[in-house]
Amino acid sequence: MMEVRVRKLRGSFALDAEFRAPSPGIVALFGRSGCGKSTLVDLIAGLIRPDEGLIRVGEDVLFDSARGIDVPAERRRIGYVFQDARLFPHLDVEGNLRYGERRIPAAEASGMRAARRVPFHEITELLGLTALISRRPHQLSGGERQRVALGRALLAAPRLLLLDEPLASLDLARREELLPYLEKLRDRYRVPMIYVSHEYEEVLRLASHVVVMRDGAVTSQGNVADVSLSPELRSIVGVDGIGAVLEGEVTENAALSGLARVRVGAGVLHVQADGLATGQRVRVQLLARDLILAVEPPQGLSVRNSLEGMLVRIAPDEPRTQLVEIDIGGATVMAQVTDQAATELHLAPGRRVWVLVKSVSLRGHLYPAAAAPAGASVPGSAAVQAQYAG
Amino acid sequence: MLLTPVEWEALRLSLAIALRSVLLSLPFAVAVAWVLVRRRFPGRMLFDAFVHLPLVLPPVVVGYVLLLVFGARGPIGAWLERAFDIRLVFTRNGAALATAVMSFPIMVRAMRISLETVDAGLEDAARTLGAGSFDRFLSITLPLMAPGILAGIVTAYAAGLGEFGAVITFASNIPGETRTLPLALYTALQSPGGEGPAARMATCSIVLGLLGLTISEVIARRVRSRLGRTP
Repeated sequence: MMEVRVRKLRGSFALDAEFRAPSPGIVALFGRSGCGKSTLVDLIAGLIRPDEGLIRVGEDVLFDSARGIDVPAERRRIGYVFQDARLFPHLDVEGNLRYGERRIPAAEASGMRAARRVPFHEITELLGLTALISRRPHQLSGGERQRVALGRALLAAPRLLLLDEPLASLDLARREELLPYLEKLRDRYRVPMIYVSHEYEEVLRLASHVVVMRDGAVTSQGNVADVSLSPELRSIVGVDGIGAVLEGEVTENAALSGLARVRVGAGVLHVQADGLATGQRVRVQLLARDLILAVEPPQGLSVRNSLEGMLVRIAPDEPRTQLVEIDIGGATVMAQVTDQAATELHLAPGRRVWVLVKSVSLRGHLYPAAAAPAGASVPGSAAVQAQYAG
Repeated sequence: MLLTPVEWEALRLSLAIALRSVLLSLPFAVAVAWVLVRRRFPGRMLFDAFVHLPLVLPPVVVGYVLLLVFGARGPIGAWLERAFDIRLVFTRNGAALATAVMSFPIMVRAMRISLETVDAGLEDAARTLGAGSFDRFLSITLPLMAPGILAGIVTAYAAGLGEFGAVITFASNIPGETRTLPLALYTALQSPGGEGPAARMATCSIVLGLLGLTISEVIARRVRSRLGRTP
């Protein structure tokens, strides 16, 4: 568990943010540029001092204005991957990677915390850095630089890793190249992370807990499914980006019928997606604009997905539409219908409806979710996991 | 081109005194450059102006102030003599001190320009990796401002070879002790038949100056390319 409650006045910008998040896992700080995300991570890292508040990671209190505790940044053991990598230009890749590793306090190099250390060769292999080891930072591509920065932070055996839009300075291809590494870190070493982003898709792919920020304040927080229904999200991702995110389990992969089956709540979704394994946990985003509502059991349609449910909420939205929430049994989805359709179908809370969505519409909106904690063990990293779970 | 033994002595003395002056001012110059670039405090502009004062003052004024402070009856001078039996006036060390004060702004300037290009974000990164302030300075800041430090050393050394006014005022013009190349040149010009030695020593000074500036540029380029910056 981590807890952050801070206030900071910087010029005319006031940050007053508070969140609690489970640990390990990836906490996404999500919001538009300039909403205070980066300031918040700088406060957590200790690079800026809060005016008042509390910062706690697990059992360790790093800042508490009430008790006069302010652990200096160099002793917080919080890894930081900056947007611009910030590799040391006078050192080669190995020198950069080992910079933090060499500075792990002797008291921590042995004993309990030693278990948290991941061996050098394992990190370089995992991040694909073995061939780059004697290069200098200016000889690396943007993606390679971010991987080195990631490895450098990890080798310092951090209790928490902060990632400040690590993909923002990369082009689309490089982003796709780096994302799997982040997923590996999440699933394999279970390093607690705070991931700053203004890209909703990155949040959907990586986060286990989302903290939405706006104008220096936290407007909503919770797991991805809950936050996906939050009205706060609408102002950030826009009317075309909203939609419920459901977590489910793959019950059949696409090999047989060309469509994978994913169980969400009481229903089953048929999705066009390859490379899924039976039993895998996934996250499916059902964009509100892609959903069709029927008030009778539909027949003779090409649509593969029809989920029966109960309308629980209906609220007007822009432009001339209604946002409708439907409980499909253990999960809630959100559909956008025109004012006209809502009137003609007499949509109101309590109404029985069928939610229709094309398998084709779900293509590209399916993300592998973090494996369930129990089954995530990888040989050799069990001790590491145990450490982070604390 | 051959120099007479007396001229050689002046040249050697110049080289030795400039070396001492550089060694003396180096740690202070690094510290002052760091303070001026990285610290914000009231009176910083005044401090900055004070550091650069020798650039605009007549060197005689600097020599005179040094006499007041470090002279036999000056507050620091008297104390040094009493406590450590160190005399600065009319000695090589005095000449080195006068040279150091005069070339101090040149050295600070070179280091400062180089430190300004060092991204403070790198120091923050080092901090999150567990490096304390002194560690950060040694492992990140110092190596990255190395081009400026080297350039500062070389230009201050080259400039130190030619210091005249402050040296003659504070340390006088004593053959074999404080009569450096420019002082010997001046003395030669004051005596009949001194045109030959004066010309030789002037040529010598020009060559040294050119050498110093070239070396400093070459070093700076090398270090920059090693850091992956365009020269």
